[in-house]
Amino acid sequence: MPHANALYGPLDPAPDAGYEDPPPRMGFFTDTSVCIGCKACEVACKEWNGVPESGLDLLGMSYDNTGALTANSWRHVAFVEQPRSAGWATPAFEGDPDGPAISPVTAAAGARTSTDTGTDPGLPPGSPGAAARMSSGPEFLGMPGAQPPGRGSGAEGRTDFRWLMMSDVCKHCTHAACLDVCPTGSLFRTEFGTVVVQEDICNGCGYCISACPYGVIDQRKDDGRAWKCTLCYDRLGVGMTPACAKACPTESIQYGVLDELRERAAARVAKLHERGVPEARLYGHDPNDGVGGDGAFFLLLDEPEVYGLPPDPIVTTRDLPAMWKRAGLAAVTMAVATAVAFLGRRQ
Amino acid sequence: MTDEKPRGRRGDGGERLTVPPAEFASYYGRPVLKPPVWKYDIAGYLFTGGLAAGSALIGAGAQLTGRPELRTVGRWTALGGVAASTYLLVHDLGRPARFHHMLRVAKVTSPMSVGTWILAAFGPLAGVAAVAELAPLLPQHGVLGLARRIAPPIGNLAGLGAAATAPALATYTGVLLADTAVPSWHDAYPSLPFVFAGSALAAASGVGLIAAPAAQAAPLRRLALAAAAVEFGGGHQLERQGLTSEPYTRGRSGRLVKAGRVLLAVGTVTALLSRRSRVLSAISGAALVASSVATRFGVFEAGRASARDPKYTVVPQRERLSR
Repeated sequence: MPHANALYGPLDPAPDAGYEDPPPRMGFFTDTSVCIGCKACEVACKEWNGVPESGLDLLGMSYDNTGALTANSWRHVAFVEQPRSAGWATPAFEGDPDGPAISPVTAAAGARTSTDTGTDPGLPPGSPGAAARMSSGPEFLGMPGAQPPGRGSGAEGRTDFRWLMMSDVCKHCTHAACLDVCPTGSLFRTEFGTVVVQEDICNGCGYCISACPYGVIDQRKDDGRAWKCTLCYDRLGVGMTPACAKACPTESIQYGVLDELRERAAARVAKLHERGVPEARLYGHDPNDGVGGDGAFFLLLDEPEVYGLPPDPIVTTRDLPAMWKRAGLAAVTMAVATAVAFLGRRQ
Repeated sequence: MTDEKPRGRRGDGGERLTVPPAEFASYYGRPVLKPPVWKYDIAGYLFTGGLAAGSALIGAGAQLTGRPELRTVGRWTALGGVAASTYLLVHDLGRPARFHHMLRVAKVTSPMSVGTWILAAFGPLAGVAAVAELAPLLPQHGVLGLARRIAPPIGNLAGLGAAATAPALATYTGVLLADTAVPSWHDAYPSLPFVFAGSALAAASGVGLIAAPAAQAAPLRRLALAAAAVEFGGGHQLERQGLTSEPYTRGRSGRLVKAGRVLLAVGTVTALLSRRSRVLSAISGAALVASSVATRFGVFEAGRASARDPKYTVVPQRERLSR
């Protein structure tokens, strides 16, 4: 007898999948407030899991050149630059000097002295042309500014500014649409409540890819099969921490028993709110959300869509009974229509 | 981080937006979802599968009402359709040599698994029914003569079996597309099975109107009318389901869906007027077949367009949250 919440609502996935006495559900809590965007998680994941390189692909949008979670990137560090205050910090560049890039003021600021040093640093002797160009201010070369932000525009033109970094990963949903729709049984639920693809079974039908509400699972082009994060199923089995969490230098990626991680995350949000970061919020932690809660959830500092996450994902199979009903009705309509057409007059 | 890229740069024919472009945040305008990796094989399969299902129903109807030529047309078209479907489905796989892995499991939560089993039932039945049509070519006497006598009843049984599974074959594809995170497909789940049922009947009537003798085509004209009624009646919500119906009305997908609707109307009216003209019948048949092709490719393309633009993912979910 299937669980009443088999398709939607709070559920412990491993017992529902048939495991007797499974270990506790394991997961990730990714605290983006301490992520430094180093991408060690991306590298560690590739190294451990033997994920092929994604190629050199300069996307020209930010320091993120991975772009998205793909068949060949099972961790993806999103990188967002925003004209707003970092919350707990003082207003941006308040104490920074104005004026040309090369000036006594700069030298003083650079040397952390309060008095004029009397030198013009940065003007190489014997190159008047270059010196003249440099003195008249930087030339725009179509590249990131030659001056620190806000220098040329004066103090009043400065804006607040912050960087958001977030290491994205497969959410290992309680109600995983990819697993629900897989027609070969290649995707399965592990005893740890995670979702894993068996690469020797997958025949590359691509259904899971359209079903994932987060756009995580993806087809490897030269291989045809679907690939995604396994939450290092091989490491979990011997009690080891997944490669990305192990490599994370700031403990932005935390691995553990999901219930404990949820408690830790709630405490972290409370602490951040107390410290004056009201925009801190959890994403994917709630067992009552559209996918029954994520096995890998996040602490974010802005709306989910800013990081490329759907704001309110719902597992598509929630509506599957209604869909089959509509299809049944359409099928009956079709049969009746044919019968009526053939029972009419002969000519 | 608001999305400011111009929309509908080309191919909108200067059409004005009825709603102002929605303001929403995204990650550098990149899609939230992975667009379906299915190739046009799948759009083609939607057509050939529907054609096979509709033709099996026509074959059985003709069989039960004593229209032998129409029965033959129906059965052969059903076999042709299901053979093409099988080829297209296997060809679309990332690992075609592993197509039989579909037969490891049977899952009601996977419309593709359900469809595999429907096809596995329908295909052989349609095949036997069509091959039984070859009985008159066999010699009168000997072992083959025996085969000649027992083939028609076996073919009749298989034909009825194929027709019994045909409505499921024609309509499960609506669930196949709807049971995804693709916004325009998922939101259209009440409409898609009806659109596909109508489209299947239209395509099959079309082939019948082209290939069957005029004396036996009367049911096909009524069936074309019924197809139009099912597709327009059950599927009119497709273009009226809010933001996610936009791809069904705009761009390349919108033009295909519209072409499908217009061809269906033209084909149906022509079919009803074609009682005495063989040429007019064939023209109406071609219009009906073309309508089905356009509708299938249009719906397929609309889903891909909706998954590629983060707007269709983010804006409806935001609206849901603010409700």
